Amino acid sequence: MSRPRTSQTQRGLQAVLTSTFLLVGPTHLTAGPAQDAVIAALAAEAGVSGFSAQTGKAFFQASHSGGKPETPSCTTCHTSDPLAAGRTRVGKPIEPMAVSLSPNRFTDPEKLAKWFRRNCNSVLGRECTTTEQGDVLTYLSSL
Amino acid sequence: MLLKRLPFLLFALTAAILAQTMTSEGSEPKVGKTPENLTKQECSDCHMAYQAGFLPIRSWQAIMADLPNHFGEDASLDAATVKEIEQYLIKNAADRKGKNPRWLKAIPKDVTPMRISQFPWFRHEHGKRVNNWIKANPSVGSVSNCPACHKGADRGYFDDD
Repeated sequence: MSRPRTSQTQRGLQAVLTSTFLLVGPTHLTAGPAQDAVIAALAAEAGVSGFSAQTGKAFFQASHSGGKPETPSCTTCHTSDPLAAGRTRVGKPIEPMAVSLSPNRFTDPEKLAKWFRRNCNSVLGRECTTTEQGDVLTYLSSL
Repeated sequence: MLLKRLPFLLFALTAAILAQTMTSEGSEPKVGKTPENLTKQECSDCHMAYQAGFLPIRSWQAIMADLPNHFGEDASLDAATVKEIEQYLIKNAADRKGKNPRWLKAIPKDVTPMRISQFPWFRHEHGKRVNNWIKANPSVGSVSNCPACHKGADRGYFDDD
């Protein structure tokens, strides 16, 4: 018995869906398993079930005080668009912060701790709380 | 046919070889080799890993002693990493092994220069014209972004301007 033949319409639909996924898919990718694990570990530490991308966005975009005058915000170097490349104060390019464009971001706990330590101190003059870290990572992983 | 062109081919070949050996990249860079491994990796996160030969020992010691306040940012590292990088920088500093280059002699011993860009020779080389050009090209960022203009900067060659 032969397999039922796929109709022209079905094949056409499949092609459209496939190309739509290829075109649109990558920009809608959320965090991979490595980022999920990092965020889950932070949630366990904070004793919460999850974090807020919206709160993370507000934190990332805000101008803070208490840190060094040269770096009042995450956006000083990363720009206000995490999908865009940033630039260090010296001028060296920084890969976009959005996980969809930089899939290796937030997958190395040691690197993550190093940059949260440095940048939170630069921008806020203190460590970031676990919740602040989780919110920001959730925001940047959702883009 | 080939025989007729042989003298020209030989000339071209010799010229090419000469050109290769005479470029600024043929000799050891004045500032010493570009840091490798841990120093290169850590120091090039935000800027080019500047060659140790740009600053004297006392400057590197002062910089490595205050990484949490590194030119307006926290660039802190764990103690073991700081120690290893500092050892490398001291070993390759401008005044290593009792050396005392002329440009460094101009700086009093009790002054610890913290920025390469504030040395008189640097300011002389990067005058008003360069600074105006940097202002007009925001993508360069700052005069500290050597590779924006000096394409061999991260290998220690700066004579291409």
